[in-house]
Amino acid sequence: MAQIMIRNVRKDFGSFTAVKSSTFTIEDGEFFMLLGPSGCGKTTTLRMMAGLELPTSGEIYIDGEEVGMKPASQRDIAFVFQMFALYPHMNVGKNISYPLVSQGMPRAQVRKKVAEVAEILGIADILNRPVGGLSGGDRQRVALGRAIVRDPKAFFMDEPLGALDAEFRERMSEELRALHDRMNATTVYVTHDQLEAMQMGDKIVVMNHGVVEQFGRPQEIYDWPSTMFVAGFLGSPAMNFLEFDGQLSMNRNSVHMNGTDFQIPTSLEGARGRLALGVRPEHVRFSDSSGYKGEVLATEYLGTTQIVTIATPNGSIKSRMSAAQPVSVGDMPGLEFDSRTISIFNVETGRALLSQANQEVLRHG
Amino acid sequence: MSFSVTEPSPRQKWIAGILVVGYALITMLPLLWIVATGFKSSADSIAYPPKILFEPTVEGYVNVFTTQTRLSNEMAQEPRENLPWYEQLVREKGNTIVGQSRYTERFFNSVIIGFGSTFFAIVLGTAAAYAFSRFKVPLKDDLLFFILSTRMMPPIAVAIPIFLMFRNLGLNDTHAGMILLYTAINLSLAVWLINGFIDEIPIEYEEAALIDGYTRFQAFYKVVLPQAATGIASTAIFCLIFAWNEYALAVLLTSGTAQTAPPFIPTIIGVGGQDWPAVAAGATIFLVPVMVFTILLRKHLLRGITFGAVRK
Ligand SMILES: Nc1ncnc2c1ncn2[C@@H]1O[C@H](COP(=O)(O)OP(=O)(O)O)[C@@H](O)[C@H]1O
Ligand SMILES: [Mg+2]
Repeated sequence: MAQIMIRNVRKDFGSFTAVKSSTFTIEDGEFFMLLGPSGCGKTTTLRMMAGLELPTSGEIYIDGEEVGMKPASQRDIAFVFQMFALYPHMNVGKNISYPLVSQGMPRAQVRKKVAEVAEILGIADILNRPVGGLSGGDRQRVALGRAIVRDPKAFFMDEPLGALDAEFRERMSEELRALHDRMNATTVYVTHDQLEAMQMGDKIVVMNHGVVEQFGRPQEIYDWPSTMFVAGFLGSPAMNFLEFDGQLSMNRNSVHMNGTDFQIPTSLEGARGRLALGVRPEHVRFSDSSGYKGEVLATEYLGTTQIVTIATPNGSIKSRMSAAQPVSVGDMPGLEFDSRTISIFNVETGRALLSQANQEVLRHG
Repeated sequence: MSFSVTEPSPRQKWIAGILVVGYALITMLPLLWIVATGFKSSADSIAYPPKILFEPTVEGYVNVFTTQTRLSNEMAQEPRENLPWYEQLVREKGNTIVGQSRYTERFFNSVIIGFGSTFFAIVLGTAAAYAFSRFKVPLKDDLLFFILSTRMMPPIAVAIPIFLMFRNLGLNDTHAGMILLYTAINLSLAVWLINGFIDEIPIEYEEAALIDGYTRFQAFYKVVLPQAATGIASTAIFCLIFAWNEYALAVLLTSGTAQTAPPFIPTIIGVGGQDWPAVAAGATIFLVPVMVFTILLRKHLLRGITFGAVRK
């Protein structure tokens, strides 16, 4: 198993830059998520790590060794493709044994290994079946079997659940996570589904337009996004942005917006101009004592909670609150935000301003 | 009564079946005629009205493989019991076999040139098609179109320049020359067809093999080739059929050593009167290799000709 380091990696396709100077580190044994919207360069990044694409510049270290220009066959990693890419002319057993055959492993040993892996994945009874007629879940397991049979240094998976039905996805994501915990193998997992990333990952890299926006543990990223993009991409509904023209100086713990002062974590960075107050829906509350009022536009009932859409002087926001709280369209409640969880963004640059609360997360990432 | 959009009713199936069988019979008629003529006697072969029922004989086959001359008077007196069956057959007509005809030789020329050129067209075509399909080739589309454009003109249009070139290079009437020529003509078709088949194979299969520790060539050989087999087989049939049947260039460029069967068969007519059964016998034998080749590969052919429309 291995640590993987990506240093200033860049990839150009002709004049188009798919990945711009990415830098992040995947620790040994981590379940690492590459998260971002479609087309942001996740697959390209993963393929460079695997050796299926050569970086235009930058370095990739696997286990301390620089492998950027090494062919895939010499990197000792396993890759699970989105469409699984099972060899259609071979049966299940042959597919799983194929990586071992290339190493020239003796036949008896190959058979033993395949049987072991099939046992772990619960596919021992279909080893002689052609891969053509398999269900999505079984294909997925065979693809995993082919990956784990060789004890590679790391597993790379490109949206491995993307081709599965919704009902299978949940089950397979649990199996995947359980498999990882059992083998403790460094795993890099690409997804565009923020929920999947937060549920499964030890760490997440959020990418956008070929740029690494932030990387860290799911909760850090969720609580203290470094950019408005990350804040808006994670969470459902996403973080609210209340935009205003104003200023914030160093060491302040309140901000003046629309005639009201809002408590915020102590600022460590000043800015003036167009700013945005970012607050998660679950941190927006009704308060009769607040002078900052909004109008309820809609409510969406979700069982234990409800999502309330509120028009404020600084744009429409959403609040997640207990379904027990009576709310009706047209109400004009006072609004209050949990002061400990607020981020202030510079709208021009899209970056979060440093504060006492987020400095630890933002400085290391 | 149940009704289905996709499943034809039994009556529709019957009608379709009768139409197909009827069409097959009509198109097969000339073929049956040739095969039947091969087993007729000379007299039966030109009988009018044509004989549907006749006494079969292998005279035509004996004639096509042998050269004969008239029996001398003294030979005609010899007892025939100990002679081989084909000599007996010939003697009944007042002839004797003096040697092998050149048919066998011409037939094997066809085999060597037909299969040889097919082999090279497929090997080179597969390599080129793989490169076009998998690598960034500058001006790829223009090159592919250019390759196809060589096929737009009937090959016979360039027969004279080819004849002159071959004469200068000493390739006239040689096996190498004919293999080279048919390979060149078939190559464009091979590149195009196989390129289409390889394009259909997701590149992930090869990448999976690379990751599994195989070299690029091993990935090509062990993963791409087996999956392209269907397309390659059907392309091979097309190439073989062309090379096997090619007549015009063979007439012009071969006369002896490397002459193929198509230009040779008509010359049988002239030898000792119009021997239609011998011509028909030669034609029938000539059909066999392509038929066998096609039947052996027919499973691939049916899937291949739909050009990947049938997904696995
Ligand atoms: N081989 C290629 N040639 C040209 N452009 C490419 C190639 N591969 C990917 N791209 C482009 O790079 C960008 C990132 O692609 P990709 O890494 O597949 O994104 P993601 O996996 O995040 O959806 C996309 O805009 C895509 O069109
Ligand atoms: Mg992708």
